[in-house]
Amino acid sequence: MPITIDKQNGATVISVRGEIDHHSARTIMENIDNTISSTLPMRLVLDLSSVTFMDSSGIAVLLRALRQMDQLGGNLRVVGIPSQPRRVLDAAGIGRLITLE
Amino acid sequence: MKALDQTTVVFTSRSANEGFARAVAACFATQLDPTLDEIADIKTAVSEAVTNAIVHAYPNTLGKITMRLRLLEDLQLEIQIKDGGVGIPDVEQARTPLFTTGNEERSGMGFTIMESFMDTVKVRSTVGKGTTVTMRRRIARRVGGGQ
Repeated sequence: MPITIDKQNGATVISVRGEIDHHSARTIMENIDNTISSTLPMRLVLDLSSVTFMDSSGIAVLLRALRQMDQLGGNLRVVGIPSQPRRVLDAAGIGRLITLE
Repeated sequence: MKALDQTTVVFTSRSANEGFARAVAACFATQLDPTLDEIADIKTAVSEAVTNAIVHAYPNTLGKITMRLRLLEDLQLEIQIKDGGVGIPDVEQARTPLFTTGNEERSGMGFTIMESFMDTVKVRSTVGKGTTVTMRRRIARRVGGGQ
């Protein structure tokens, strides 16, 4: 499974590993969906520090997680963003929608 | 413009080949002694163009994707991704940020990313015949860089 799940200070922390592209995005989305529906977190943290590559498929993954957390009335933070994914998120202006740390 | 070096790879429109195409483009670009950021930009742009071909050109079938890499004499890297798929009816609309005809795994930001990371992006498409995306990126020459 390309993600690991942890609890830290009451927040659910999902760490994504490896490459996020169209090939891997569906599996990662399903894993995040399952985690959200089973834990119903008020605070979700996506940790991207072990992501080695991300293209615009990763944007779709983040926006889907954001929509689900909005529906729950919860909060999403994205942390540990390496340089290459950061450039993709900046080019798409995602920082206007999601808290990127 | 004359090419100092070129290579062409042809692969099937399977999503597993997205990583393959990125790796080939990155390897070809290394002869320009690029920075890690430049390599990352090239891999990202290739990933977007190849994913578009896999998702949109061949929506319900597998087809052939041709990636041609050229090192031009003015030290620009040219990447051409060509498919023989369904084509794009309205290229300008397809290039609009957030526009997508794909499912929820697509963000509609593919062309925006390509345009951000490459110097030029040209799209030629004929409905029923296919699409060719040609991107160029000048690699900054560094002191002590390769010849």
